[in-house]
Amino acid sequence: MTRILRAIGARTVDGIWRMGFAARFFAAILMRSGTSFARFQLTIREIFSTGVLSLIIILVSGFFVGLVLGLQGYETLQRYGSSDALGILVALSLVRELGPVVAGLLFASRAGSALTAEIGLMKTTEQLKAMDMMAVDPIARVVAPRFWGGVISMPLLAALFSTMGVFGAWFIGVVFIGVDDGAFWSQMQASVDFRYDIVNGVIKSVVFGFAVALIAVFEGYDSAPTAEGVSRAITRTVVNSALAILALDFVLTSFMFRGNG
Amino acid sequence: MSVSFPSGDTLVDVSSVDFAYDKRPILSGINLRIPRGKLVAIMGGSGCGKTTLLRLIGGQLRPTGGTITVDGQDLTKLARKDMYALRRRVGMLFQFGALFTDLSVFENVAFPLREHTDLPDDMIRDLVLMKLHAVGLRGAHKLMPNELSGGMARRVALARAVALDPMLIMYDEPFAGLDPISLAVVGQLIRKLNDALGASSIMVTHDVHESLEIVDYIYFLSGGKVVAEGTPDEIRASTDPFVKQFVNAETDGPLPFHFPSGSYRDALMEGRP
Ligand SMILES: Nc1ncnc2c1ncn2[C@@H]1O[C@H](COP(=O)(O)OP(=O)(O)OP(=O)(O)O)[C@@H](O)[C@H]1O
Ligand SMILES: [Mg+2]
Repeated sequence: MTRILRAIGARTVDGIWRMGFAARFFAAILMRSGTSFARFQLTIREIFSTGVLSLIIILVSGFFVGLVLGLQGYETLQRYGSSDALGILVALSLVRELGPVVAGLLFASRAGSALTAEIGLMKTTEQLKAMDMMAVDPIARVVAPRFWGGVISMPLLAALFSTMGVFGAWFIGVVFIGVDDGAFWSQMQASVDFRYDIVNGVIKSVVFGFAVALIAVFEGYDSAPTAEGVSRAITRTVVNSALAILALDFVLTSFMFRGNG
Repeated sequence: MSVSFPSGDTLVDVSSVDFAYDKRPILSGINLRIPRGKLVAIMGGSGCGKTTLLRLIGGQLRPTGGTITVDGQDLTKLARKDMYALRRRVGMLFQFGALFTDLSVFENVAFPLREHTDLPDDMIRDLVLMKLHAVGLRGAHKLMPNELSGGMARRVALARAVALDPMLIMYDEPFAGLDPISLAVVGQLIRKLNDALGASSIMVTHDVHESLEIVDYIYFLSGGKVVAEGTPDEIRASTDPFVKQFVNAETDGPLPFHFPSGSYRDALMEGRP
């Protein structure tokens, strides 16, 4: 019994230590972000590589999620004779929840894991030490641009995901099932509020971007410098990002949407 | 053994330095000096702390005791910014090359120039090709690091280490993985770079015979201590058992081959590693 308690205690303390390290690491990234903006082409390169890495999977998944939402939404709505509201249902689900959350999860598993692997391998092969020895700060030169690249790509990818989703739902609902085209769009336009729905959705995706990018670069930088260490770090990135996204989503949602919209 | 240190003023002064990883002592009471303009070799068995010593001199590790001064600056007292200012004038060849895998050979050598100078592109191009030519790899400038052999990679790393014409160059086993011809060429190159740049160099190596040809002074490390030192002539003439064992590659002698451990017989008897 005491052994179990002790193990739980050790894990908790360990977890809190790591959170402390991550927080300090975050502060270090912010303080050394000058280079990422002064030489913005470094960050653009990272936006390009993380963005392009995730683009296909985001577009395809968004489309399929839209198709499913269209089918399920229509199935439920037509029971109450309100299948015209399909546009609202789909747009709100995507913009408020599914866009940021699913895009975030996909982003973590595609781009986040790649970031961790890249930084972890640079550490394993002493590239970071060599850079430090050349008087080039690896946090400023390698970590920060990747971090900001992730932070900037994430909302863009979430927006693309939602757009593809709406398109997918329109495709199945309007083209196949025969929901009225005009009603689909006009109801959506009338009921989706810019400030309340879209801005809140964007805020979510930005927060998720920060969380996933921080976890990914931290796990890479903190990985044990061996092949096994890097592979563990990648697993931790994917698992911790998913947990962080879902937990943050709950917190943000409870602050943002109180049923008075 | 006579300690006839070459005269001249000192660039690197390591004085009674101790170092331990966690609680395991690696170096204890190390004293050595690198005079300006000289090429000094550090030799010793595998795992005796040579790379660690270079890291200490480069300021990437902090000694647990003692002081290290480089160009008159006490490393333990330097702020990050000043440490970086100092490191701009220090080149280091890492034991495993440590080339940036996402950059081509050309860009690897250009990296320090791009980071630390505002030179125009065509000037950078000329400088990089010159350094690559010196290591015999000008033709390989378009290749990526994964397309290089081990020996080629260290030569590129060498070119990168000297890209900024540093005042202090540290080589961690520059000869590992080189064929006899490249080995001799790289040995001459290290000597030439040292003299042409007016730099000082520290070279960690196992290659006694090549180093006896090119260096000015040699330190032998064993068990975390400097056990012998001298000029090449003194080393050749030495009767010190460490030196003789190392120079003649004898298996029996004071230099241990095994990582410190309990008795092998006891381990076998008790079935533990
Ligand atoms: N990061 C580390 N953590 C703990 N111990 C380490 C670490 N790096 C090296 N050591 C230990 O320090 C000792 C000295 O290592 P070092 O790399 O300096 O040896 P070396 O003299 O360069 O050996 P070689 O000639 O094989 O390169 C070794 O016994 C090694 O086990
Ligand atoms: Mg070594």
